[in-house]
Amino acid sequence: MYQYDNIDQTIVNERVAQFRDQTSRYLNGKLTDDEFRPLRLQNGLYIQRHAPMLRIAVPYGLLSSKQLRKLADITDRFDRGYGHFSTRQNLQLNWPKLEETPDILEELSKVEMHAIQTSGNCIRNITTDQFAGVAPDEIIDPRAIAEILRQWSTFHPEFSLLPRKFKIAVSGSLQDRAIVQAHDIGLEFYYDKAQKMAIRVWVGGGLGRTPILGSIIREHLEWEHVLTYCEAIIRVYNLHGRRDNIYKARIKILAKALGIEEFKKQVEAEWHYLKNSPNTINESELKRVAKFFTAMPYENLSDQEPTYDEAIQNNKAFASWVKRSVHLHKQKGYRAITLSLKPHGLAPGDATSAQMRTVAELADLYSFGELRVSHEQNLILADVKLQDIFKVWEKAKAHQLATPNIGLLTDIICCPGGDFCSLANAKSIPIATSIQEAFDNLDYLHDIGELELNISGCMNACGHHHVGHIGVLGVDKDGSEWYQVTIGGKQGNDASLGTVIGPSFAAEEMPGVVRKLIDVYIKHRNPEERFIDTVRRLGVNPFKEHVYA
Amino acid sequence: MLNSQLILNQSISSDEWTFVPLPSGNEEVKKQAGKVVLFKLTGESLPTELQIDETTIPQIGKIIVPLSVYLKNRDALQARLKNNEIALWLATHETLDALLVSEKDINVFPLIALFVERFQDGRIFTLGNLLRTRYQFKNTLRAFGDVLQDQLFYLKRSGFDSYLIKAGKDVREALKALQSFSDPYQGAVDIPEPVWKRKVR
Repeated sequence: MYQYDNIDQTIVNERVAQFRDQTSRYLNGKLTDDEFRPLRLQNGLYIQRHAPMLRIAVPYGLLSSKQLRKLADITDRFDRGYGHFSTRQNLQLNWPKLEETPDILEELSKVEMHAIQTSGNCIRNITTDQFAGVAPDEIIDPRAIAEILRQWSTFHPEFSLLPRKFKIAVSGSLQDRAIVQAHDIGLEFYYDKAQKMAIRVWVGGGLGRTPILGSIIREHLEWEHVLTYCEAIIRVYNLHGRRDNIYKARIKILAKALGIEEFKKQVEAEWHYLKNSPNTINESELKRVAKFFTAMPYENLSDQEPTYDEAIQNNKAFASWVKRSVHLHKQKGYRAITLSLKPHGLAPGDATSAQMRTVAELADLYSFGELRVSHEQNLILADVKLQDIFKVWEKAKAHQLATPNIGLLTDIICCPGGDFCSLANAKSIPIATSIQEAFDNLDYLHDIGELELNISGCMNACGHHHVGHIGVLGVDKDGSEWYQVTIGGKQGNDASLGTVIGPSFAAEEMPGVVRKLIDVYIKHRNPEERFIDTVRRLGVNPFKEHVYA
Repeated sequence: MLNSQLILNQSISSDEWTFVPLPSGNEEVKKQAGKVVLFKLTGESLPTELQIDETTIPQIGKIIVPLSVYLKNRDALQARLKNNEIALWLATHETLDALLVSEKDINVFPLIALFVERFQDGRIFTLGNLLRTRYQFKNTLRAFGDVLQDQLFYLKRSGFDSYLIKAGKDVREALKALQSFSDPYQGAVDIPEPVWKRKVR
């Protein structure tokens, strides 16, 4: 993975000093609440219901075991011994003290980490596929460009106070796992006819209050121009995006208002001036960064491992975990493994410091000391030998990291919701846990098969409910909490937004509603048909009728 | 010690310019729900004819006048312009088009100032960048309004060399903020090359 040089380290150190000064000016009354807000937000610090929340950046979801141990230490020393992995592949602390946040940042800087631009109206953490570099369907590993984008966007002076937050996702595989269509800018890498790395540029996607899937603004962009082209897009947005209404301020609203053709025309007019300007990437910079993302020193192994096959044969629990949690790998004899942060009945995405240390140890022993965070809020060991998988499972299981539910109904994507977040209209964690408890029978869960259930506690859609096969949105009606249900949303190349099935439900009705949706699916599904495909084939009505019968 | 809120070329400096405000407009702005007009997506209105006409232009001295007022009184102000007494200011929701249509050479103005109403308004950075890079403005570029020390580094990188710090804020502390980061990653107005082209990494 990328390693800091003096320049990177100095920037992070200077940021710690700057934020320490800003915090002390605030605490000394030299900055008002309003003046401090954009400053602390650009450092990931929210003021929440019970305490501040600090969001730590995990660039494109990649962590070393050393970093994860530091995160564990930080949650013990400054928080309550656990952290929450978010849908932007970041880590959130729910209970830090405002006055200690500069110390937390200083600790982070010791392991090449920070909280820069994890919130606020600026370019946020660049996200990507959790299987980047190891997925068999990968065409181009997007992480080198992701790191170049991270550096370029860090304190980009022109785009430091945009109309609203700005999210970029990159993907280089046949199957999109980074939801590029649901981002302000989505960059899809491919090889063009000349076998040169090129980029398909999506713009104007986003979830939130007005969910919109992005449009292609440029089919073919040569890689060296990616920074200047992004600058052209964001410049048009910075000048003309709405600033009078926070709900209409995202780039998707501008692109829709102008129409994609007019928007594109303005972007191309800007780019005419910016193309080939100094931020154009050169071959040597790409090479410098790409060398941090070369293949691991794999052993030459067979893709058959008798001990592994035997364990699957003889151990039903192991076999059902393997079915869900072990993913194919580019390299023979290796697999990627998803460790579930979704044990039934606990907050999705949460990890205790003990679990973090366990994962760090597993990474050191079996996966070259690295791991990834997925936007589905799980942790991934990307490079495990077949012969080691059983050992990983045993250890993970002992620490509640091996619930065999990856990609199934209880692998719920869920925001912190009303229990923690001051933006939320409703709680989301108790809905997730009540559904998990209602579907605790693993055989039934596996029979239902692949199903993505996403829960957001408010319109801001941190839980990505619009693209859940089943989406749940917390809404506030006359001061009480209700839940609106959508079905038919999907992430990936054939992304779609869910359709609302009807009036919202009370919290205690939710497990029953999900059960009824599943009943309709079980009754009507064709062999091997997934829930989402049945919804697409039948439409919303049969589901709606049964739920409201 | 100099009692001034102005930073010019990285030091505290007295202000030789007199600011000419627009009289406050009292025309009711009607927003049309659901209607979006091209290029006017920001919801702010431009100065009205009445505001422009009622602006008092001081007869002597160096003055910073609103762009709209200058354009309306262009002929009358030419002699003073040649005498280096006329500077312009624009709000961040104005575009540069009217200025560029009116003036062949914007370097006739010794100073252009951009008014930022709210700290969070980052349009000022793009406008600064455009004035410096695309339109080759060489003279003093000033930021004023809700200007706090924490924007200064970004303003400097976007081409500004003059900052009128908001009244009540410590201008000496603000001065330090110009040096917040020693080696920025990306190329911008002040340092055009990105770090990978400046240094061996």
